[in-house]
Amino acid sequence: MAVLVENKPGVLARVAGLFSRRGYNIDSLTVGVTDNEYISRMTIVVEGDEHVLEQVTKQLNKLIDVIKVSDLKPVETVERELALIKVKAEPENRSEIMLIVDIFRARIVDVSPKSMIIEVTGDEDKINALTNLLRQFGIKEMVRTGKVAMIRGPKIVEKKK
Amino acid sequence: MIILKEIELITGTEAIIRSLEKEGVKTIFGIPGGAVLPLYDELYDSDIQQILTKHEQAAAHAADGYARATGKVGVCIATSGPGATNLVTGIANAYMDSSSIVALTGQVPRNMIGNDAFQEADITGITIPITKHNYLVKTAEEIPRIIKEAFYIASTGRKGPVLIDLPKDVTTEMLEYNPPKKVELPGYKPTIRGHPKQIHRASELIATAERPVIFAGGGVISSGAHNEVVTLAELIPAPVVMTLMGLGTIPANHPLTLGMIGMHGTKYANYAVTECDLLISIGVRFDDRATGKLESFAPNAKIIHIDIDPAEIGKNVRVDVPIVGDAKVVLKDLIKLVKSKARKEWEDKIQRWKREYKLTYEKSTSTLKPQYIIEKTSEIAPDAVITTEVGQNQMWVAQYFKFKYPRQLITSGGLGTMGFGFPAAIGAKVGVPDKTVIDFAGDGSFLMNIQELATAVDFEIGVKVFILNNQFLGMVRQWQELFFNKRYSNVCLRCKGMEFARIAEAFGGTGFEVTKPSEVEETIKEALKIDDGPVVVDFKIAREENVFPMVPAGAAINEMLG
Repeated sequence: MAVLVENKPGVLARVAGLFSRRGYNIDSLTVGVTDNEYISRMTIVVEGDEHVLEQVTKQLNKLIDVIKVSDLKPVETVERELALIKVKAEPENRSEIMLIVDIFRARIVDVSPKSMIIEVTGDEDKINALTNLLRQFGIKEMVRTGKVAMIRGPKIVEKKK
Repeated sequence: MIILKEIELITGTEAIIRSLEKEGVKTIFGIPGGAVLPLYDELYDSDIQQILTKHEQAAAHAADGYARATGKVGVCIATSGPGATNLVTGIANAYMDSSSIVALTGQVPRNMIGNDAFQEADITGITIPITKHNYLVKTAEEIPRIIKEAFYIASTGRKGPVLIDLPKDVTTEMLEYNPPKKVELPGYKPTIRGHPKQIHRASELIATAERPVIFAGGGVISSGAHNEVVTLAELIPAPVVMTLMGLGTIPANHPLTLGMIGMHGTKYANYAVTECDLLISIGVRFDDRATGKLESFAPNAKIIHIDIDPAEIGKNVRVDVPIVGDAKVVLKDLIKLVKSKARKEWEDKIQRWKREYKLTYEKSTSTLKPQYIIEKTSEIAPDAVITTEVGQNQMWVAQYFKFKYPRQLITSGGLGTMGFGFPAAIGAKVGVPDKTVIDFAGDGSFLMNIQELATAVDFEIGVKVFILNNQFLGMVRQWQELFFNKRYSNVCLRCKGMEFARIAEAFGGTGFEVTKPSEVEETIKEALKIDDGPVVVDFKIAREENVFPMVPAGAAINEMLG
């Protein structure tokens, strides 16, 4: 779901706290400012049936700092995630790693004698697939942003509640 | 020519007082301390009445009692750290019962926040789950806007507590005083008017129903929709059941009232809900104490749910016709579409149940029965505002006091806070000084805020405390008797002969002790004559008297004991 909130201190704590308090699990949560500097947008991935999602939406709407909550259905949504993966890169493996990176349209953003950092953007499956392939070389460290999402077509998540 | 704008600079504390006065605040309840010294210094010259409670919890409950008795916003103040954390129970209580209070707390100076300074507590963090909203004020400039927003949020939509945390140096900072004209909150727009299509659907369900029941809760009282509920009930006609929080919606002597439903509700109310084919639910949240086992709650009924909080709809029960809006406004629209229809069979059945399953208890001429004391009080002081503590005292009052009007009962419904009734009675009496205010207490509950006797004496607040004293934590004992083989673990409060009447006298109040039924009436009348300080009447009741009927936890509401 996409949640527009006032860009104020403490808003993240209110939103995140609500999930744990009401017994809902967050799979991922990302937050960043929108083109309006007073408004931030959160993308939250929640598992649950329709009843749970309805309650989450209503409870989020009750928070004064929450301006708009939209349920983004996976089929109508573009989802993207970014990951940085630090992989062991001995000289004998480098070309193979570079080949894999190329196939996935990922990028190498840092190289050192024993490691590389790979940046990849895509949906969850793509990042999982790349991670699985790189595992054979040894993943030293990995960080994922969590999903951001946007509705396909002209429809937008508007400010009005 | 250059025209210089005249700028008025004032301190943060002055902005607070001016803002409170603009909101119409006449009284505050609180206790000073380090972080609110500047604020209390400003209050020293203010016309706002200041009630110094003896514990901050009592300040929050008193503000709550004041709010519920008057329908206005109650205000409490506490210092940082322990002062603020002592408010927490009172704030949680107001939150659960949707009561309008604004709590002002002191905070350590801005540059010390987060350093574990002396008397520092993250009160905004602590109260996020128990406030409708809260604020940490960062600059004095924000004070007028935040106070205006806080009162607006607390008193509109589904009402609730709002906390404002004020760092000490913010309160001494100077600001240009420009009070905002209106509130702008893009994320807060309560729906007041019900959707016409939904209201129409509700009227259709009413038209075809054979066995309708109206189910009224605290939202009716809060919205002031009691007259509309009675009008609708008489129009359909349909009997009215109430939650604990809804008592007072329809007068106890009205032929259509069935009293309270739920765990200690009347049998006929619970039977009516179980057998109805349409439940018109207004300002209720289907709490487990009211519904019992959810699967068996109104099993044959279509459900209409009118509530101002969309999140309450569909939370606990599935609803056929949801209507989001203010109860009074929605009912006014609904009433226009409803036509009367005789439902003789249903009406007869209801009346038969009412006769057959009357609330009753074993009368006695030798031992004091709590029900008798409440019935007598109800006769002698039918218009009194009643507060209760929590436990048996609360349930007996709900069953046996004949409530006539809304806001007559002030009780801790959702949180179930022992120790609420006495400070709430103090707040209520300050709010409606011309009314008699009586706190029905248990001995256990009264001990939880007994220090407020000093407040009532200091400020000459004529509250009455009628202790239904069984020297037990009575409701816990009742459960132990029924469900734990009479193993009375940690419930005996005999305390080697404590005398509440003498305690009251020692504080400077008045105390009576009653042991015989023959003394009840006269003592109540004596107690009611005193209005310049607290009166405690210690009724030594039958120790093992139980509250019946009773639905065991987890059972269906038509499966009642007693």
